[in-house]
Amino acid sequence: MGDWIVVPIVLPAVMAALIVLAVRHDIILQRVFSITATVALVAVTLSLLVYASGNGPEMYALSDWPAPFGIVLVLDRLSAMMVFLTSLLGLGVVLFASSEWDQRGKHFHALFQFQLMGVNGAFLTGDIFNLFVFFEVLLIASYGLMLHGAGAERLKAGMQYVVINLTGSSLFLIGVGMIYSVTGTLNMADLAIQVTNVASGDAALLRAGALILLLVFCVKAALVPVHFWLPGTYANAPAPVAALFAIMTKVGAYCVLRVYSMAFGDTAGDMAWLAAPYVLPAALVTLVLGMTGVLAAKRLNSLIAFSVIGSMGTLLIAIGLFTPEAISAGLYYMLHSTFSAAALFLIADLVVSRRGQFGDSLHTAPRFHQTGFLAVLFFIGAIGMAGMPPLSGFIGKLQILDAARDSDAMVWIWSIILVTSLMCIVGFGRAGSVLFWKSASVDGEITVEGAKWPVLPIIASCGMVSGLIALTIFAGPITEYLNGVAAQLFDTSHYIEAVLGANALSLVGQ
Amino acid sequence: MEFLVASSIGLLTTCGTYLLLRGRTFPVVVGLALLSYAVNVFLFAMGRLTINMPPILREGVTEYTDPLPQALVLTAIVISFGMTALIVVLSIRTFLEIGNDHVDGRPVGAPSEAGDKN
Repeated sequence: MGDWIVVPIVLPAVMAALIVLAVRHDIILQRVFSITATVALVAVTLSLLVYASGNGPEMYALSDWPAPFGIVLVLDRLSAMMVFLTSLLGLGVVLFASSEWDQRGKHFHALFQFQLMGVNGAFLTGDIFNLFVFFEVLLIASYGLMLHGAGAERLKAGMQYVVINLTGSSLFLIGVGMIYSVTGTLNMADLAIQVTNVASGDAALLRAGALILLLVFCVKAALVPVHFWLPGTYANAPAPVAALFAIMTKVGAYCVLRVYSMAFGDTAGDMAWLAAPYVLPAALVTLVLGMTGVLAAKRLNSLIAFSVIGSMGTLLIAIGLFTPEAISAGLYYMLHSTFSAAALFLIADLVVSRRGQFGDSLHTAPRFHQTGFLAVLFFIGAIGMAGMPPLSGFIGKLQILDAARDSDAMVWIWSIILVTSLMCIVGFGRAGSVLFWKSASVDGEITVEGAKWPVLPIIASCGMVSGLIALTIFAGPITEYLNGVAAQLFDTSHYIEAVLGANALSLVGQ
Repeated sequence: MEFLVASSIGLLTTCGTYLLLRGRTFPVVVGLALLSYAVNVFLFAMGRLTINMPPILREGVTEYTDPLPQALVLTAIVISFGMTALIVVLSIRTFLEIGNDHVDGRPVGAPSEAGDKN
């Protein structure tokens, strides 16, 4: 596959520059460029996915500097799946935004492409410092997107979002510095070898550095106790941006999975599964807190934001078990929760824009245009998020419960997941009945200006919902692929050989 | 020298953390800046402290200073400088839009609005 590995990063980068330099005055051209680039990205990442499913990990050395001295990008099953997921989500978001949202502020499409570049880079990179750089790229773009269209509430939430992430970046550098000072490397594959060679006196430093990094990834993944930025940010971000942010929390979960299975996995000796004792309890608390927020929310957007926290809890419960079965189940749930969160944010925007002055507050209001059609979409999204049959959320949760069967914490995991699912059903049921059913008892109808049937937003929302349906129908082949992903994560030797050459593994433990 | 560098990093981090926890945006911005200075010096020191050594390894050179942390620090400086500029602009914009400079967007001493917003 060779040079194609770098395309998911270069393509959005070039497009973003082109959009901001050449066509910034023409919104139609911006849309054409942005949508075309995203469609091309879907095609490229799909071919990378097909390639990765049939082959072992493959490395791309930037500027041809050999690892571990240069920076490498690595395509394996996990990273191929994540970039494909990002591009699909991106396509939905850009279609939704191209109807009207992108005119509420400047440079939406350029920032959007930079965001895609950062997310794809974070998924593909094989170097921890480079991961930091791509984190910054995606964060800088996300600050711009988050504040798109401005407004007092959004600026207030945006300020807090920026401060917490800047603090997180400082911690990231401290963690990276500590790891480098002890191991002398930042390449993930090389790190996997070097952690076995660390002198016993330095082990505590390495452990501290690795756990500081874990904290940073947990900030991104919105895990308790560092989740507090998420509800305000997601509930106040523009709808398409909130939908795009569905992948941002997954970047944090991906990094936990990647770094702690690669460098601190089975082969790490004393350091093996360093993250495991912390992730699982935090994830359980996150799930309870998120779903309690769903019950308590007074606004539709914060309800969805809290359900995102809850779904991150479920996902990290699966990752925190660190077994191949649980990770395969967790990744299936990750695909599902990305689509369902994005679908809900987009559908919520269609609802909110039709409710006029009632906005997203969960109070009974008169009927609005297309109540029936939007109610169907909303309930499909809600069924997905709550994990009720027949949609993919049910399959995902079932797999996670099944994988937790042998765990010591099995009683806790089963009871918390099942009870919180009920809480989520009640929360979404309440919101749905207030928004759609009780409105029938109120006289009159809300009329607002704007297109009756905005084509692109409806296509985008239906696309996200059909992602859920596709995940359900093709659950068999997808699970098979994910089993392959988990197997690859647990057998790190192929990854290390792909990056450092065939002889690298003989250095372990010397 | 080790003591001097270590204690100045500690002092910067302490002040940065304290200011970061303040309620108004200006101390928060200064706190973030101090924290990023602390991180930069910390990263630099992670390559070990050596004086008057070439930052390159080649034949005949046995003592050298590690160039990689210096490259990392350069990247970190650029990023944190850009971020500081961004957050300064953002806080001014927030102040103009909301009318006060509290990070929660309410005047100091006013009751919390959190209950009404969610």
